[in-house]
Amino acid sequence: MPQYLALTYTADVDWWAPEQASELADYRQFAVDNADCIRASAVLHPTSTATVVRVAGARGGDVVITDRPYAETKEALTGYYLLEAADLEEAVAISAQLPAAWGGAVEVRPVIASK
Amino acid sequence: MVARHDTAHDTVAETVRVEGARILATLIRAVGDVQLAEDAVQEATLAALGAWPVTGVPPQPRAWLALTARRKAIDILRRERARPDKERDGLRVIELADYELPPDDVVDDDVLRLIFTCCHPALSPATRVALALRTLCGLSPAQIAGVLLTSEAATTRRLTRARQKIAAAHIPYRVPAEAELAARLPAVCGVIHSLYTAGHAPVDGRAAYDVDACAEALRLAELLHDLLPEQSMPAAVLALLLLTQARSPARLDAAGDVVTLDQQDRGRWDAVAIARGIELLNDSLRRSHGQADAYQLQAAIAAEHARAASYDGTDWAEILRLYDLLLSIAPSHAAGLARVVAASEAADPATGLAMLAELPPSPVGTRFALNCSPAKGRTQRQPENSPNPSTDRRRSRSDSIGSDVERHSSGWRCRRRRSGGPEVPGDVPSTGRTS
Repeated sequence: MPQYLALTYTADVDWWAPEQASELADYRQFAVDNADCIRASAVLHPTSTATVVRVAGARGGDVVITDRPYAETKEALTGYYLLEAADLEEAVAISAQLPAAWGGAVEVRPVIASK
Repeated sequence: MVARHDTAHDTVAETVRVEGARILATLIRAVGDVQLAEDAVQEATLAALGAWPVTGVPPQPRAWLALTARRKAIDILRRERARPDKERDGLRVIELADYELPPDDVVDDDVLRLIFTCCHPALSPATRVALALRTLCGLSPAQIAGVLLTSEAATTRRLTRARQKIAAAHIPYRVPAEAELAARLPAVCGVIHSLYTAGHAPVDGRAAYDVDACAEALRLAELLHDLLPEQSMPAAVLALLLLTQARSPARLDAAGDVVTLDQQDRGRWDAVAIARGIELLNDSLRRSHGQADAYQLQAAIAAEHARAASYDGTDWAEILRLYDLLLSIAPSHAAGLARVVAASEAADPATGLAMLAELPPSPVGTRFALNCSPAKGRTQRQPENSPNPSTDRRRSRSDSIGSDVERHSSGWRCRRRRSGGPEVPGDVPSTGRTS
């Protein structure tokens, strides 16, 4: 069965903040409702906690660490779900239940099957 | 003799193209791979083009092509045996070898599957049009590039990416369930209407392309209505295209220049197409229980023009009312402008000019310079000076997928400089020539 990564793009929130509690509960409910087809999932700390790693030059070069390099955006990657679905339409139907779908956007990407 | 040979060759080519598109749908289902099926049909059509001018078209051209395409598909699969999923391919070869010509209703279902896959909302609107031209109309990338005014290489890239997405994302090859149809039909109807709009650019396009995009759009509209006769939207699209196309015999003068609606010889309009368009529109309205969609309203506007015995006898008040309804459900700059035209014909040019001043600015920099010509009692639109007419023309046409103000006539003469049209275009009855 094909797998899809559903990436949630929403406001760059701190899921542990009290005002996010009710929305976080909605995501938990989504996970319960769709337990059959969710293979993995995560909610992410806000982008302010992100670290970007680069290796200068080529493999073996100096490891360069920076704070997130990108400008602040309205919507950030805030979580993901690895879904198993029969086809794109089924994956879309599941993703449409994610609160991110109306609070932001959900990007559905097919996963390359490992042989 | 040369001419006769060419005609024979054209007939063969046309049969191969139309039948090839029909067998493709079934082959895609059988092999489960758009690219493989297209390659096989391509090889079969080449074989037919080589053989038929010599042997004559076989009594059942579709059966001949279908059988040949299946053999070609098996050949391709065997050639690619080294691929990792060869077990599955082995199965497919067996299924392909066990072959009977499917009955018509199965073919119809397959064609419908193909339509909904090509016009899937997960594909960009421009990709849907290109894919429909390739798979449903059997046009080559070069021909598609001609219709959409882009390069052959860009078209090939677009088609390749589309096939990759269909395969990788598993865009399903099936007809949506009855409950989903309402949500999925607008994308399909949008492709057909965009295609017609792309072909409806006689100012620049006449005789420049070997493909008649309007005829292809009409063929697809007939096909979709045929396959889904109970649905109101395909009937409305077919009605709109017929009512618009009915006026085409009067749209060009002997020199090939565009004749505006007010100057057209209405005796040359296709009365049969008009009658059928109106009948289809009424049927469509009955089926949607009077809840009109954008295509029905545009068809109703076209029907009003078609019904009028003369330009001055046009019921502009009714057309204005229809444009008000159209704008309330599908606001677009094109329809907004057309409404102003209707208003100035219903009242007077001054009213039209006053309304024009209130129009919101065009979304993507459509620019017009206005030139009021009270002597003629009409307002004329003049294009701004275009620094490079050829680029401008290309842009005007390629961007016109979806909508085109320039097609609206009735005295407004305009040329779009640049616009990314909204999905639902305005009425496209006739073309205003820049003068």
